Formats: sequence, structure tokens, C-alpha cells
Amino acid sequence: MKLNSFKLKTSLAAGALFAILSVSMVSCGGGGSTSGSDSTATKGNDDDNTLIGAGSSFDNPLFSKMFSEYNKTNGLKVNYQSVGSGAGISQLTNKTVDFGASDAPMNGKQDSALSAPAIHIPITAGAVVLSYNLPEVKDTLQLTPEVLADIFLGKITKWNDPKIAAVNKAAKLPATSIVIAHRSDGSGTSNIFTTYLSKVSEEWNTKVGKGSSVNWPVGLGGKGNEGVAGLIKQTPGAIGYIELAYAIQNTMAYAKVQNKAGNYITPSIASVTAAANIQIPPDSKVSLTNTEAADGYPISGFSWVLIYKEQKYNNRSQERAAKLLKLISWVIHDGQQFSGALNYAPLSPAAVTVGDNILKSATYDGKPILQ
Amino acid sequence: MDTSVDNGSITRSDTPLRVINSKTPEAIVKTTQRIRRSFRQIRTENVFKKTLVIMGIIMVLLVLGILLTLIVQSLPSIKALGPKYLWSRVWDPVQDIYGAWPFLLGTLLSSFLALIISIPFSIAVAIFLGEYHPSGWLPNLLKNTVELIAAVPSVIYGFWGLAVLVPIVRNFETHIGVEPVGVGIFSSSLILAVMIIPYAASLGRSMIQMVPSPLKEAAYGLGATRWEVIRSVVLPYTKSGLFAGILLSLGRALGETMAVTMVIGNTSIIPKNIFAPGNTMASVIANEFTEADKAVYLSALIELGLVLFLVTVVINMIGKKIIDRFTNE
Repeated sequence: MKLNSFKLKTSLAAGALFAILSVSMVSCGGGGSTSGSDSTATKGNDDDNTLIGAGSSFDNPLFSKMFSEYNKTNGLKVNYQSVGSGAGISQLTNKTVDFGASDAPMNGKQDSALSAPAIHIPITAGAVVLSYNLPEVKDTLQLTPEVLADIFLGKITKWNDPKIAAVNKAAKLPATSIVIAHRSDGSGTSNIFTTYLSKVSEEWNTKVGKGSSVNWPVGLGGKGNEGVAGLIKQTPGAIGYIELAYAIQNTMAYAKVQNKAGNYITPSIASVTAAANIQIPPDSKVSLTNTEAADGYPISGFSWVLIYKEQKYNNRSQERAAKLLKLISWVIHDGQQFSGALNYAPLSPAAVTVGDNILKSATYDGKPILQ
Repeated sequence: MDTSVDNGSITRSDTPLRVINSKTPEAIVKTTQRIRRSFRQIRTENVFKKTLVIMGIIMVLLVLGILLTLIVQSLPSIKALGPKYLWSRVWDPVQDIYGAWPFLLGTLLSSFLALIISIPFSIAVAIFLGEYHPSGWLPNLLKNTVELIAAVPSVIYGFWGLAVLVPIVRNFETHIGVEPVGVGIFSSSLILAVMIIPYAASLGRSMIQMVPSPLKEAAYGLGATRWEVIRSVVLPYTKSGLFAGILLSLGRALGETMAVTMVIGNTSIIPKNIFAPGNTMASVIANEFTEADKAVYLSALIELGLVLFLVTVVINMIGKKIIDRFTNE
């Protein structure tokens, strides 16, 4: 009897200890602590055949495929940690990785935290789709930017609202309440979606704004794409935003969205690539949301690889720097063939050209690495 | 060894040494061996004791270290936001406005609701296993099942909650006329209640089995029924133990993250009723930590951890006080 309660207590203590330990480890890892910057990448010549990257979880399935293919032909190993864009940027800042990956370009604060300038190379594009649960509606739902913003601001609360009906004349809309599902975890998907809403709605821009986590005026939060998708599937009258790839893989219904040119665009790999076929600035830090392209899906965005412009830091060898740049160059050219099968949008020709130019600007000890 | 008996000066443990001079050589050898052995025992004893002390100190240092880490890392947020962090109602990472109140409220509401739901079950299980049927295949099955509840990973509860419990709750909500979203504080309390039953039940069972038989036999001898024995002998005798078990359950409920985040609805809007969606501190930390890209944001999340830590400490201290009062009566 005594023993039993003792056992329970020890197991509890052990559990608590473990929980506490893991929390403290997480807080050290993500806490931007500069003391932890002695990992393998910084030692440079430790193992030059293994590159380390960290960041966006959106890129992870594509990267796994690409890096395993690259390993087959070139023998280079890439250890990619899918920790989230924000964590990827902070690991690059701490110089614990060779490259970071992010679904959003670095903001001013993040830039100023870097000890040396970093460059952004677009490597793939993704889209955010609006999935809904309206069994009564057989046609694909059509949404205008105004309607979308009003729904997510909580101003339109019923599916048969005249504003929705006006753009879906053929559909018989039910009188169900709208239940909004959004991401509860900080994510690049939320960032693309809220950036889009901020561009198309002044009210959203001032009241909520854009970011990987925002203060949602209404709605339920689900963890990850699967959490949001679960809420949508379960709740009649739900609408939420998820990644295009996830929606295609799980055959979920998603809406057409009116783009800047006034066309209703079905989200697809082709319409996302089309969205990226615009004038891209030389630093590639552009949001594809609300694209000018007439056949482009408006809620799409690039994902970037981030590296330091000057590759000679922390005793890194020139060989390592060259391998990194060759890898990224392969990713934006030959690597793109693996995008389609995984429902990622291949880079547009305009994006590849810009990416090439950015890669050429990378230097080792002041000299360009790629010719 | 420092056991030399030169010129009669005895250094340690003089009792066995005193007899040496009056014995045969064999006896002296034997005694020396015994002395050696007893010194070895003493040394082992000392090493063991030291190990225990060191382990204990490490545990204390660990907890203090964690507290210190939490405080240091949340300093930027404490400086920027001040004490109003605790009661302001807006959590807006975009504009760097952070208020912990919705999450503090969500944590306390869901945990205490879970506790209220779980207490009848855990006490009933404890009495059944402790007093009515301490052995037999059915009680064994029940005991193992209850213990298994504690062993199941929380993500499984979350998944089960989302897939099974939430639709049932949604149906229930349609009947009673609140907004039928399914996920919310109530759903998460139900899940938590199931998860915390074993803690109070196991401890309660051990306590009830420890009630001295003479006490119970005396009551039975006076003609008391089983219910009367439980009410006036067993429960008063074990109330501090039962309460300690309930306190353990509460601690578990306060910190539970995964299962809660899957069914609570994750919104930073203040819940209007127990069926409304909400959020807890643990769940916010788990959700937003990876993408917290600003220093103050990160620090505000760590401060949330600090608040959770302190809430747990305070509740435990109050609990200890109550247990003390029970025991002193």
C-alpha cells in the first residue's frame, strides 16, 4: 500500500522532472541564447559533407524529397530540422545552421538582429485555400476579398448573408451560422493569409494586422493544418484556411477566390506558379498575395532559403560554402521537378532568374562563389 | 586504514578494539576482519547517505534553476508590460500587446471544472477498491484499468476527444441552446476529468486500505452498516489523503497541454460561459513558441510559463495548508 503510493509519487516526480527538463531545453533552444552557438555547423570543418538547415515546416516534405534525391547523385547529406520559420531564422541568427528556411521574408527587427547581411532565395511557392463544410452547396463557393475579410472579421455571420449570395447566385446557401477555423499555432500559413487580408481590407489591416500569430476577432483555433481541417470537417457551416497541398491530399472542398484582375481563380499548382510570374524585385522579398497576374491565385506566397551573404564566418571552409550554394542552385533548377508530385508549385521562370542572380551575389572572403 | 593500535591510542570505534590485547592471534585476526568489515559498512553507509543528500540537493537546485530561468527570460516582458500583464485581456502578437488574463481564466476554469467532474468518480473508485472489494478479478481489472488511464499518452485523449467527445458535446449544446461548436472549455474539462481520475483514485485507495481494522471492527460491532462505517470512520480518517490525491489531480490538470489544445478551441477571447471556446496557458505556450519571432513576444510566452509555475505553487501551498489542518484536527 505504502509502496503503491510511493510508486505513484516517483512516477509523478519523474514525469514532472522530464516535463520541466524539456521545457527548460526548449526555452534554451528558442530563447535566442547566444551561448548555445557551438553546434556542429559553427565548427565548420567538422563534417563538411553534412549541411544543416532549419526552419519552415511547410517546406519539410519537399526538402526531404529533394535532399534525398540530391544525396543519391552528389553524396551530400542535408540535415533539415522542421522547427518553424521563426525558429529557423533565430538559428541562422545564432549561426547554428548553414541555412534557414522561412515562409515569410525577414522583417526589420530580425534583419537587425543578424551580425551580417543575409540573402533570400525563393525555392518554392505555396498557397492557402479556404476550405468549408457546406454539404448543401454543390457548386464551388466563390469568394471576393471583401466578403472574405468580412467573414473573418465576424461581420458576416450567416451563410445566406446577401453579400455571399450576391457572388454565388447559383448556389442555394443555408441559414447556418458561419464557424471560423484558424491556426492556433504560429505558422507561415497564417502569415500568408493575414498578409492577404491586410492588403485587401483596410479594416483588417488596422484592427488585426498580419503575422504568424494574430489576435483573431472570431473563430476557433486548430493546431496545424490537420487541426484546422479537423474542425472544418466536423463542424457544419465551418470555413477555415489550410495549405493547398494538404487540401488536395485530403480531397477537401475549397473556394475560388477573386483576384486583383477580377477573375475567380481555383487554387491549383498552375495558378500558384502563375501568381509568381510577376515583376520580382532583385532581393526577391516580395509577397505574392493579391498578385497582379490575371490568372494567378491571390493567396499564395514564396518560401525562402536564407543564408549569409558572406559565407566566411566561424571558420567555415570554402568547400562547405561552395557545397551549400551548389545545393541551393540545384534546388531552384533541377530540384523543381519534384514539386508537382508533392503539390508544391514550381518556381516561375521570373523567380528562377532572380534566384540565380541572388546566389551569384554570395561571397567567400569577398570573392564570388558561383561563377 | 587508520585502525592502528600503536601505544594504545585508539582512533575510531573503540568498542571492538578494546578487547584486542586480551585475545589469541587468531582471535585478533578475526576481530581485525570484523573491524574492517564494520568500517566498510560505515563507509558504504556514509556514501549512501551522501548520495541521497546530493540527489535531494540536485532536485531542489533544479526547481530553483527553472524558476530562475523563467524569471530571467521573462524580464524583458515584465519590464515592457508590467504587472498589468496579469489582468489585461488582449493577446495581440502583431501589435506587441500581451495580456495573460484569458489564458489564466481558461486554465483555472477548465482545471477546476475537470476536478469537480472527476471527484465523484475517483472517490467512488477509491472506496470500492479500498473498502468494498480489495481483491478479486473484477477489482483487479478495475484497478489496472484505472492505472492504465494514467499511462495513456495525452495526445490519444486529445484525438479521442476531437473525434468522439466533441460531436457528442456539440449535440448536447444544440439541445440546450448554446452556440453548437463542440470544442470549448466544457469539452476540455471532460477530457481532463478522465485523465486525472487515476491520481486521486490510486492515492485514495491506498489511504482507505490503511485505515486500522480495529477502528472499523469497533464500528461494525456497534451495529454500523457499511455505509455508516465509510461515512463516519473511513472518510474522516482518510480525508487528508484523499485531499492530497485530489491536489495531485489538479496539478496534472493545470499543466496538461496536448489533449487540451486539441479540444479547447484555442481562442484568446474571454469565455462567456463554460461551453465557449477558450485557451489555457500551457496550450498557448505550446502553440506559439516555435514562431515567436520577436523578443518581447517570446518573453511574454515565457512569462506565461512563469505564471503557470506560480499558480501551481500557490495552489499546492494552499492545499498543503488544508491537509495540515485536516491532520491536526
